[in-house]
Amino acid sequence: MRITIIGAGVAGLTCATEFSEQGFDVTIVARSEHIGDDSCSWYAGGMLAPWCEGESAEEPVVRLGQEAIGWWDRHVDCVERQGTLVLSHTRDAAELRRFSRRTSAHEAADAERIAALEPDLAGRFRHGLFFPGEGHLDPRKALEQLAETLRRRGVRLQLGTEMDKAAIQSDLTIDCRGLAAKDALPDLRGVTGEMIVIRSSEVNLHRPVRLLHPRIPLYIVPRGNGAYMVGATMIESDASRRISVRSTLELLGSAFALDPAFAEAEILETGVDARPAFPDNLPRIRRRGQTLYVNGLYRHGFLLAPAIARMAVEAVTDPTSTPEMMDENYPERQSA
Amino acid sequence: MLEFYGTSVSSRLLLGTAQYPSPATLSEAVRASGTAIVTVSLRRESGRERGGQDFWALIKGLGLRVLPNTAGCHSVREAVTTAHMAREVFGTPWIKLEVIGEQDTLQPDPFGLVEAARILCDEGFEVFPYMTEDLVVAERLVEAGCKVLMPWGAPIGSGRGLNNAYGLRTLRAHFPDIPLVIDAGIGLPSHAAEAMELGYDAVLLNTAIAKAGDPVMMAQAFAKAVEAGRLAYEADPIEARDMAAPSTPLMGKAFL
Repeated sequence: MRITIIGAGVAGLTCATEFSEQGFDVTIVARSEHIGDDSCSWYAGGMLAPWCEGESAEEPVVRLGQEAIGWWDRHVDCVERQGTLVLSHTRDAAELRRFSRRTSAHEAADAERIAALEPDLAGRFRHGLFFPGEGHLDPRKALEQLAETLRRRGVRLQLGTEMDKAAIQSDLTIDCRGLAAKDALPDLRGVTGEMIVIRSSEVNLHRPVRLLHPRIPLYIVPRGNGAYMVGATMIESDASRRISVRSTLELLGSAFALDPAFAEAEILETGVDARPAFPDNLPRIRRRGQTLYVNGLYRHGFLLAPAIARMAVEAVTDPTSTPEMMDENYPERQSA
Repeated sequence: MLEFYGTSVSSRLLLGTAQYPSPATLSEAVRASGTAIVTVSLRRESGRERGGQDFWALIKGLGLRVLPNTAGCHSVREAVTTAHMAREVFGTPWIKLEVIGEQDTLQPDPFGLVEAARILCDEGFEVFPYMTEDLVVAERLVEAGCKVLMPWGAPIGSGRGLNNAYGLRTLRAHFPDIPLVIDAGIGLPSHAAEAMELGYDAVLLNTAIAKAGDPVMMAQAFAKAVEAGRLAYEADPIEARDMAAPSTPLMGKAFL
């Protein structure tokens, strides 16, 4: 069966991987010239943190997200299994208590444990939570490696091509265009995230650190060689093209609050993009004739793409099936 | 029947729309609360260049009266500009006016607030000013043309309840005919009930519901508390007193 996948972000490449592994004849068509151009996955944090996300996300995110770390570990070589450290300043201890109540699979981390996990933060924090089962990856390396593996396996990647000009014979189209698919999915909306990449020769963190704060929650993800991704804001908007002064102040101010040594870090990059989301912020597979839409990964692209790709394959392999994230199951899950 | 600027209001609970886990949860919580008015921020939630269209469409889709706000504005000019934008986007003269004066407590700047209220009232806006419980500021706002006042209970998002019940009671007594809405600081349904028992006309809250473990259930809890508090106020509660007074007469009981 010949399958055309539109879009080369995390959804498209993950679906392409799953379909080609199941023996489908896969072609990827993407508007962007290079992997990552025009794709919000390029600006992802790359945290594989299903339990932490449970603080605000719905149950399926926590459960389905647990597939992610193993999937990525099998497909790319940039996965770190170092867990997640969640901290708060003493003044904001209530935030930590709340986070602890709302999440599972964590261990209390006192000053000594924090110092053992992240020596650079020793003495600065007395209360935290450690999520040992979580991990992170470098999203850009991961996307490039997936694309490379697909090419080697004979999957055609037609980058820089508009779908209507691609003229491909295929039996089924998997539409993974993200927010660009709003023309076909009117209930899709953009939620902007802003991020900053900094590099510090002084700070050495081994794992994603989340600093809770009543107004400005922050996460910092190590990217290797002293680079850190600092994120991320959540703004109900899809129009921003550049980071705002306010967000820059908030993000960098929080990084400084985590470790004042970040003051000497250099700013490598700022990034802004809008992530596609449905009204319940859960991803969805929607069948329309010979097209299967896979979309709405929201802030959980790398976390949920493996599960949603698996379900897309199920939906195609057995057309009578309705995997959990198919539209058909949406009302049932809502009332459950 | 409660009225804001001549519009009858069917619910005494007003909700903010920020910080919910998802728009779907927001919409469910709003339904569960029975609210008739939601407030929406045009600044923080929308970014620049009209980017918040999708979210605004969603808010409009709730089918309720929208009270746009100027949350996050720190100057008169910002607040006035945001109010203009709000009128255009939501097609309403209503504006919840916030002019923040202090970063840590997010407490209103009374001077900027009065100035902005004067400008907006003169332009035909129907202004809902977010203020402290200060009596003199309240008088100035009424002079400026405000026909609703929204004193805080406690700083925004702090969930501390009514920090100055005495001040709020005084305000109520001074403005018997102006609709008074507690805006900000409510953390628990009991806080909302207390505000209603003091004779406040309504309460506006956001974080207490949006950040609850189950926002929809919390919305129901607040709906009940607001209703209970209002009923209690209308039922004319007893005064607290120092001496115990038995509810069962002592007469006829054996004295030991």
